[in-house]
Amino acid sequence: MHADSTTNPVTATTERKAAALAAFKDLARDPGVPKPDPILVVDKVVRRFGGLTAVEVEHVEIQRGSITALIGPNGAGKTTFFNQLTGFDTADAGEWTFKGRPMNGVPAHKVARAGMVRTFQLTKALSRLTVMENMRLGAQQQKGESFFRALLPNLWRGQEDEITERAEDLLTRFKLAAKRDDFAGALSGGQRKLLEMARALMVQPELVMLDEPMAGVNPALTQSLLGHVKDLREQGMTVLFVEHDMDMVRDISDWVIVMAQGAVIAEGPPDTIMSDPRVIDAYLGAHHDAPLSETELQEQLHEAEAELEAEIEEETQK
Amino acid sequence: MDWVTIISTTVKAAVGVETVLYALAAIGINVHFGYTGLLNFGQAAFMAVAGYGLAVTVTVLGLPFWVGIGVGLLAAVLLAIILGIPTLRLRADYLAIVTIAAAEIIRLIFRSVAFKNVFGGSDGQRGFSDGFYALNPFPEGDYGFGWFTFNNRVTWVLFVGWILIALSCLIVYLLMKSPWGRVLKAIREDEDAVRALGKNVFSYKMQSLILGGVIGALGGFIYGLAFASVQPDIFGTETTFFAYTIVILGGAARVLGPVVGSMIFWVLLVLVNGILSGAVEAGYLPFMAPTQVGPVRFLLVGIGLILLLVYRPQGIFGDKREIAIDAR
Amino acid sequence: MRRAVIAFTAFLSGLVLLLTAPAQAATADQGLRGTLTFQGQPVNGVKIVVTTESGQPVAQVTTNAQGTWQVPVEKAGRYKVTLDVATLPKNAAVRGGNNVRTPTVYEGNMSTVLFALQPKGAPGQPAEEAGGEGSFWTQAAQLAFEGLNLGLIIALAALGLSLIYGTTGLTNFAHGELVTLGAILAYAFNVGVGLHLIPAAVIAVILAGGLGYAQDRFFWGALRKRGTGTIAMMIISIGVALFLRYVFLIFFGGQNEAFAQYTAQPGIEIGPISAAPKNFVAMGIELLVLIVVGVALLRTRTGKAARAVADNPALASSSGINVDRVIRIIWTMGGAIAALAGIMLGLSQNLKYTMGQDILLLIFAGVTLGGLGTAFGALVGSLIVGLFIQLSTLWVPPELKSVGALAVLIIVLLFRPQGILGRRERIG
Repeated sequence: MHADSTTNPVTATTERKAAALAAFKDLARDPGVPKPDPILVVDKVVRRFGGLTAVEVEHVEIQRGSITALIGPNGAGKTTFFNQLTGFDTADAGEWTFKGRPMNGVPAHKVARAGMVRTFQLTKALSRLTVMENMRLGAQQQKGESFFRALLPNLWRGQEDEITERAEDLLTRFKLAAKRDDFAGALSGGQRKLLEMARALMVQPELVMLDEPMAGVNPALTQSLLGHVKDLREQGMTVLFVEHDMDMVRDISDWVIVMAQGAVIAEGPPDTIMSDPRVIDAYLGAHHDAPLSETELQEQLHEAEAELEAEIEEETQK
Repeated sequence: MDWVTIISTTVKAAVGVETVLYALAAIGINVHFGYTGLLNFGQAAFMAVAGYGLAVTVTVLGLPFWVGIGVGLLAAVLLAIILGIPTLRLRADYLAIVTIAAAEIIRLIFRSVAFKNVFGGSDGQRGFSDGFYALNPFPEGDYGFGWFTFNNRVTWVLFVGWILIALSCLIVYLLMKSPWGRVLKAIREDEDAVRALGKNVFSYKMQSLILGGVIGALGGFIYGLAFASVQPDIFGTETTFFAYTIVILGGAARVLGPVVGSMIFWVLLVLVNGILSGAVEAGYLPFMAPTQVGPVRFLLVGIGLILLLVYRPQGIFGDKREIAIDAR
Repeated sequence: MRRAVIAFTAFLSGLVLLLTAPAQAATADQGLRGTLTFQGQPVNGVKIVVTTESGQPVAQVTTNAQGTWQVPVEKAGRYKVTLDVATLPKNAAVRGGNNVRTPTVYEGNMSTVLFALQPKGAPGQPAEEAGGEGSFWTQAAQLAFEGLNLGLIIALAALGLSLIYGTTGLTNFAHGELVTLGAILAYAFNVGVGLHLIPAAVIAVILAGGLGYAQDRFFWGALRKRGTGTIAMMIISIGVALFLRYVFLIFFGGQNEAFAQYTAQPGIEIGPISAAPKNFVAMGIELLVLIVVGVALLRTRTGKAARAVADNPALASSSGINVDRVIRIIWTMGGAIAALAGIMLGLSQNLKYTMGQDILLLIFAGVTLGGLGTAFGALVGSLIVGLFIQLSTLWVPPELKSVGALAVLIIVLLFRPQGILGRRERIG
């Protein structure tokens, strides 16, 4: 059951972590500060919804081999920004490169193939597929995924066995091996998060982008999830993740980028970033918790609410 | 009431021409809807372009039978591509509306007076099946055993039809066991997740649309050949809806579901028809006119479809657990 | 054995007949009929008015896409048949100039009435050329008027469909049957009970609203509680549509019918537009209802709640809106105005058990063009569809007029998948 994992989730500084921290050591705390060895470089990405500018990122770089957290109040445009970078939504303007390769306008599946794989805020376990089938799906360049070769099992069976073996290793590491033949829909919320992360690893990515990996996970599982995220760096991957819980951000990230109202407003190491006045302003200055893109809806609802209240008052006065 | 005739026609319906052509249409829909989650409500159009492709090639252009089959299949593939490019990026409900609209466009064009000299207007086309019956290896006479006895023409149609069903099922079985089928099923669950794993979702949906459309097209051929004619109104939206009923009856995402579904659907329809007609003729149902028998059975199809989805959405072969997991 | 073969072939041919039946089922046993063709093409949309010899109105019909028309009559005898020349294609005229026929209908027989058409001014009238441009615009105005009428009817039906979609996620394929239901209920009270059409229509609309309420209370609401998925509900609605359609066929029959009043009205002309007064009144009613519903959505508490629910049911629910109640009100209102659409449709065309099914795709086109789930999008989309359908007959044969509208639907979705007024969805 227990794989001899390379690191204990709660180990102190490892070699990789030390390397990452060294890279960040002398960096300025300005938004868009250049990194020594960036894997992802973003320039002037803009996304508007009607009159609302959801994302307007001037410049940002992600250091290779590090764990970078992307934080910000609700409606700051973090998920929208993720969607732009991974090809799930088209940016109105801007360009970005991954490993020096321009990625703007590249469709989502090609982004993933290039080695930039994401997970979703609302977990997307493929419910009516088994856990093992979920895992196998992640493998790239499968011979059996072409229509005509699929009809001749002999052509793809060998590769399928290799994939299965790799999937079993990962499942063991993520403690899901016992569930391999269950439908993914039967897993608990936390297990689905684990499965989604493990599945993303089947792609063998270089950059893993996690959208709120801890959301909706019970506290017992968070430590193990944290461990897995740290593990990714130990295996040489770069991690960019969106998170709200500052304790976790402090625990696992090497560098933090803060977004507010669509723009990157500050960057810095996790232990000092929250004392940055720009960040405090952004968090306290945010008027309400609702996603900004739904202001209109809010207004409507407030109106309706106000009228309802008025009516209730009228009725109680009678 | 003539029970012998009623039961014998009912039993024969289990393997009859309707069962065959609707089974093929339903296997196609099962690929689209059952495995890929594509709500193609234009399956009748695939049958129509195939049937008309064959009919027009042979009668209007005067080309041989096999060329007509080729044209029909090509027409189905082309239709899938033309239909797929604008619609496969749409949400499921938009896709349903667009495919049903496209099918209506095709039907209206086939029946229009403007193209009467090509498609034959609302009368359709006939006289294109000689090439098919010339290949008939069964000499004049009746074939079969017991109640399953058909004349040589029908026997030939059924023989070819059931071979096509078997082949289609085999292909669907092999594909859905393979990594290709896994991608399809994953798209049915959540296409964004599949995209995030580096699969070209659009391409797979298109392949699925073409495969299911071509299998449906075989149903169109069988119709045209068995009745030696094609008419535009045969390929209306209700044909598609009946095929959906069959898929759900048999169990979506099950290889043999559509085939068994089609057999049960037609057995029930013919049985109800026989009993009702017999009862009306014998005067047991004084409140019903003979012409009301037809509507009553389709009314029952409607009720059946509702009850199935409410009480047994997994159909006959489906797995209750699979449905229960993801009710949304 | 032979017998079985015969029975089987009989069944097969019966099936073919049955599947092709709707076209032939309409044959009435006693009445008048005819076919209009012009230069080898059937002529669609020509108004034929039938009265008794003494001038009592019997029926007013328009020719269908095959150029045919028919009017069933109750008594044998002589009738007066008038062809409304204003509704002929711009370049066609009745040969001989006489547009009135007085045929005799014999007991149990269909009497065929002949109107031969020829190009206008065929015996050498060069003046026609000069008037060509003018008559194009006249015809365009006339068609725009008819398109507006059709668009308003579609909008009535589309509004309910769109709001139901918005609040419950149900793409209701049985909505067309709600349209038919309204027309048939009104017909039942009008012709069956013998009420004047206006009270009959009011009763029908109220009843249909009640049935809409009941449908949600006892059927769709219960399904929602069970957690039935939206796709499953969509397919269930197909079952409902099939069920209702064939119930209508059994009780109403396969023939065309008309209301007892307002069938034969002489047309009046306003500028380039000529139409029966009933069309103007109908449009007025349609507009009024649409405005009232629109204002209600914008101004009333329930209306605002309805739009809030359509935008985000969970959020609306958590802000204290009784979502179930709102949905029930929408179903009631949707059923009622769909019924009104059916009555208006029956007034401008004929009643038939498939009338709702025939218009359903146009309703969908209107709703989808505007953006699924947006009330005002449905209005705009429906008007565009109605206008487009009628105006397209300037260039395409009338029988293909729906093709253009459906093609435009597909093309719009290609470039703007969220519809004209719809919003894009957020991913992730």
